[in-house]
Amino acid sequence: MSKIRKITSMRLFLPIFCMILVMAANIVYDVACGNFALNFFTISIRNGVLYGRLIDVLNRGSEVAILAIGMTLVVSSSAGTDISVGSVMSLSACFCCMLLAGYGVSSTSDLAVPLIVGVLGGILLGCLCGAFNGALVAYLNVQPMVATLILYSAARAIGLLLCNNLIVYVRNDSYKFFGGYLGFIPTPIVIAVLCILIITLLLRKTALGLYVQSVGINKKASRIAGLNSARIIFLTYIISGLCAGISGIVASSRIYSADSNNIGLNYEMDAILAVALGGNSLGGGKFSLAGSIIGAYTIQAITTTLYALGVSTNVAPVFKAIIVIIIVSIQAPPFKAFFKKRSAQKALAKGVQ
Amino acid sequence: MKKKSINSNTLLLLITIGLFIVMYVIGCIIYGSKGFSHFQTFLNILINNSGLLCVAAGMTCVMLTGGIDISVGALIAMDCMFLAVGITNWGWNPILLCVLVLAIGLVFGGVIGFLVGYLDIQPFIVTMAGMFFARGMTAVICTDQVSISDGLFKTLAGIKIYMPFGIGSYTNSKGVVQVPYVRLHVIIALVVLVVIFLMLRYTKFGRSLYAVGGSEQSATMMGLDVKKTKMKAYVLSSFLCSIGGICYCMNTLTGNVQQATGLEMDAISSAVIGGTLLTGGVGNVIGSFFGVLINGTISTLVKTNGKLLSSWSNIAVAALLCFFIVLQSVFAKIKERSK
Repeated sequence: MSKIRKITSMRLFLPIFCMILVMAANIVYDVACGNFALNFFTISIRNGVLYGRLIDVLNRGSEVAILAIGMTLVVSSSAGTDISVGSVMSLSACFCCMLLAGYGVSSTSDLAVPLIVGVLGGILLGCLCGAFNGALVAYLNVQPMVATLILYSAARAIGLLLCNNLIVYVRNDSYKFFGGYLGFIPTPIVIAVLCILIITLLLRKTALGLYVQSVGINKKASRIAGLNSARIIFLTYIISGLCAGISGIVASSRIYSADSNNIGLNYEMDAILAVALGGNSLGGGKFSLAGSIIGAYTIQAITTTLYALGVSTNVAPVFKAIIVIIIVSIQAPPFKAFFKKRSAQKALAKGVQ
Repeated sequence: MKKKSINSNTLLLLITIGLFIVMYVIGCIIYGSKGFSHFQTFLNILINNSGLLCVAAGMTCVMLTGGIDISVGALIAMDCMFLAVGITNWGWNPILLCVLVLAIGLVFGGVIGFLVGYLDIQPFIVTMAGMFFARGMTAVICTDQVSISDGLFKTLAGIKIYMPFGIGSYTNSKGVVQVPYVRLHVIIALVVLVVIFLMLRYTKFGRSLYAVGGSEQSATMMGLDVKKTKMKAYVLSSFLCSIGGICYCMNTLTGNVQQATGLEMDAISSAVIGGTLLTGGVGNVIGSFFGVLINGTISTLVKTNGKLLSSWSNIAVAALLCFFIVLQSVFAKIKERSK
């Protein structure tokens, strides 16, 4: 009994539990359909690249996973969410494609500037958007949601202007690489893993992770203790913008075009959801990056499973909503208090005996 | 005579109203030849934004408690789809359908309010789930675009209520005198606004919304039921949103899965431009009303120009939002310093 309680009280219990639940649902479905029971986990090599539902989840989930890294830091440091990431994704994709194709060109197979200039330009613009959000939140004390609301509505529109209201196609193999394959592994997975590794190292090997948490727990106390709270919040927003820029490039490279209206649509919701599913409080403070990333892949696994079950794209949100409500309800403070009280009563009863 | 001091919140409201007037006058001067100066243009802003007016009123109430409701756009889409499919495909009575839509709003708001108020989950997450749910249910009802082509609903939506005594009437190019008119849904929206304004100012519930938003702890100590007040705020928001949905449907006469996407952000930005703080406790429906008008004026200006891309109106609203946010924070800093 105590062992179970020990496991359930672990930080990463909930995200991992959700993930297992989704996988179990897949196995049940496959058995019911008469397929091979471990269909979900089967990985094969077709046409020289990895193939399988699990690989699909890892591949398609990379954008949200990259966004979730930045979102976790933002939520932790400023107790608010960055709702502009989806639009910033679209803006950096548009800027990158505009640089690569040249202004006003709707389709090209030759690059106007070297690939690296376009990609770095897109990512830098993402950082700039993050800096704008960060300046409003950290130095002007604006509520994060309102501050990021500005770019939420403006970034997509600016992207449209950059692309001259067109969908810009860059039909160049070197650009397709970011959404394609590195050897036999899908490149987005590699990019996501690299991002996760770099940020984890940054948080573990420097004191940044500790600073972010302390600012999130108490901004004033951290400032009095000698931390530059405003600068740390500013920095987390820049990281969030950077992540948005990277995932924007990945998303645009998949379709080798900049579709301003559709790239990153509703991704901010998925990223916030990933953070919440990862067991992080949206009220700021302590955070677990691993939880958020597992959360991001869980969301993708749910989506992929729903599509595999034959649920249409438009109807899928209903199930997503129900799952979200169940998961956050379990985490809700009154429930936690109720369970704590019950276990305390049990312990008391044991003591009396 | 007692001199009434103007606090920073009133000043912000006055700036908002002033900005609207300045913007409108500039529009009249530049686009006067294209008919912008006619009184009907102003009424058209109201006609096109009647749904948004109701939603913004509800959003203001929720934001007063320090929460947020981002499910409104999807709820409007669900209402519109339900009305359109009910009238066109099922042939139900429009009045019955409207009552059902309002009931759906109450239930929807009740569930959201319970989760936010009593289970203490972040409003953003709960209403986001609500948004997914409503948008998905819209597709469950029907995935095609359904339009309402005849019947009582269309007749009601088509009623033109002319201005009394022909205020603002003008002669058009064919020499016919045109009397400006509004539609029925504008009247509904304006009545909703007045009722909410009076409620916030004079009823116990209205005052407790401000109290809860100002400080939950103090409100609890004063003996207010914070959980119940929060829940009621979300029920009210969803209910007003349903009324807004009926108004919206009267204007568009269609049901579509992608309808009203991003309307929640329009409502939030209108409320913020109108001086409502997201932290709660400060705000007014009048401000939100002018916020909606500013939103509408910008998009009308862009449309009247004809050459500008429609994305310019988004950028203009965002720039204004930025201006007001900076203004608010500067006022807050001044207030802090003077303490």
